[in-house]
Amino acid sequence: MSIWEYANPKKFMQTSAVVVPWVAGLAVLCLAAGLVWGFFLTPDDYKQGSTVKILFVHVPTAMMAVNAWIMMLVASLIWLVRRHHVSALAARAAAPVGLTFTLIALVTGAFWGQPMWGTWWAWDPRLTSFLILGLFYLGYIALWGAIEDADTAADLTAVLCMVGSVFAVLSRYAVQFWNQGLHQGSTIMKVGEKDPLDPAYYVPLVVCIVGFIALFVALVLIRTRTEVRARRLQALLARERVAE
Amino acid sequence: MRALLLRDLRLAFRAGGGFGLGLAFFLLVAVLVPLGVGPEGSTLARIAPGILWVGALLACLLSLDRIFALDFEDGSLDLLATAPIPLEAVVAVKAAAHWLVTGLALTLAAPVLGVLLNLPGQGHVWLVASLAAGTPALSVIGAFGAALVVGVKRGGLLLSLLVLPLYVPTLVFGAEVVRRGAMGQDVATPLLLLAGITAGAWAALPFAAAAALRVNLR
Repeated sequence: MSIWEYANPKKFMQTSAVVVPWVAGLAVLCLAAGLVWGFFLTPDDYKQGSTVKILFVHVPTAMMAVNAWIMMLVASLIWLVRRHHVSALAARAAAPVGLTFTLIALVTGAFWGQPMWGTWWAWDPRLTSFLILGLFYLGYIALWGAIEDADTAADLTAVLCMVGSVFAVLSRYAVQFWNQGLHQGSTIMKVGEKDPLDPAYYVPLVVCIVGFIALFVALVLIRTRTEVRARRLQALLARERVAE
Repeated sequence: MRALLLRDLRLAFRAGGGFGLGLAFFLLVAVLVPLGVGPEGSTLARIAPGILWVGALLACLLSLDRIFALDFEDGSLDLLATAPIPLEAVVAVKAAAHWLVTGLALTLAAPVLGVLLNLPGQGHVWLVASLAAGTPALSVIGAFGAALVVGVKRGGLLLSLLVLPLYVPTLVFGAEVVRRGAMGQDVATPLLLLAGITAGAWAALPFAAAAALRVNLR
């Protein structure tokens, strides 16, 4: 029993058919509980008022936007090294989800920044690098769409994903060069240190993060299943054309 | 390899249309910006470093699809792929040829345009230095992008979408060198980082580009 068994599309379809409802259920449950808890049952912050509650969407989507790219990088590497088609399709399936999370993080950040910083947008290192991450997602998706042959497209996007990762990290540090920016640092990992996130916010935030992770996994699995089916359909059509 | 370099240079000069246009485009950007933002010298001096770098970057972008597209169409790229030199070297030579006809020309023309944009006198040295250090990275990153889209019909727009995000670090550091140089500050850190990006890109990207070409020639 090894993880490579799931490279077999049949095995993948069987397993994912069982897994998807559970993961999707977990996502719905956690998101409903976490967001209701976060939006209605937590106290207002003494400085930020109720705008602090945007945290429950902003932080998990921002985390998942980066993690989605990392997942695409790993899937691309697996495709390049071991030539498992499911892996390439999973990378393709994850890209639009990652782009959506990036956009949600940017938009919710703008909603929070307008009352707090007095501006929708600032050329702050964190904001700028997220915008650039969004551009990388766009280029990646566009390249998938532009190339007709599926294997060629998978190879080229995998190479682009690897090179893009290096340059995305470089951009992250390059824009830090201007200033340290308006955006505050992360407080999630500061449990036990001074100035931690209050538990009243921390617990629902963790529930939301779990919910968004489950949402991402469920969406990617569903989209990968769609891609596998599309491949099978193409194969069937090709076989029919040959038979005629 | 030298024969290939000379061939590419000769093609670039004699075929016309492609590479000289980049320089003309750079000139037009430098002329249009003052017309757009107004002729105040102090404003122009403040935005000149960024404008010159963005202009150089776009001018470089214009001729990128020529690196491989023409050779791909008439089949000479297949011959080059089977030639006794490795494909990585072909990519490096072609990127070098691209830099010689665009990057180098842009670097040499930039001080004149700096005068047009009222760049302070001490900034000119650093403008030339930063372009000399940064444009080779633009060429080789562009060669990688061109290798990715060489099989796509009318891939020019897609090429810019792929390549422009990759240009971000080069642009940030390059413009930062000129900005600091124009204000008389220390430029060593961004200049070294810029040179580091160029060196790293030249070391790694020919391999990625050659891999992409092999996929496209399959």
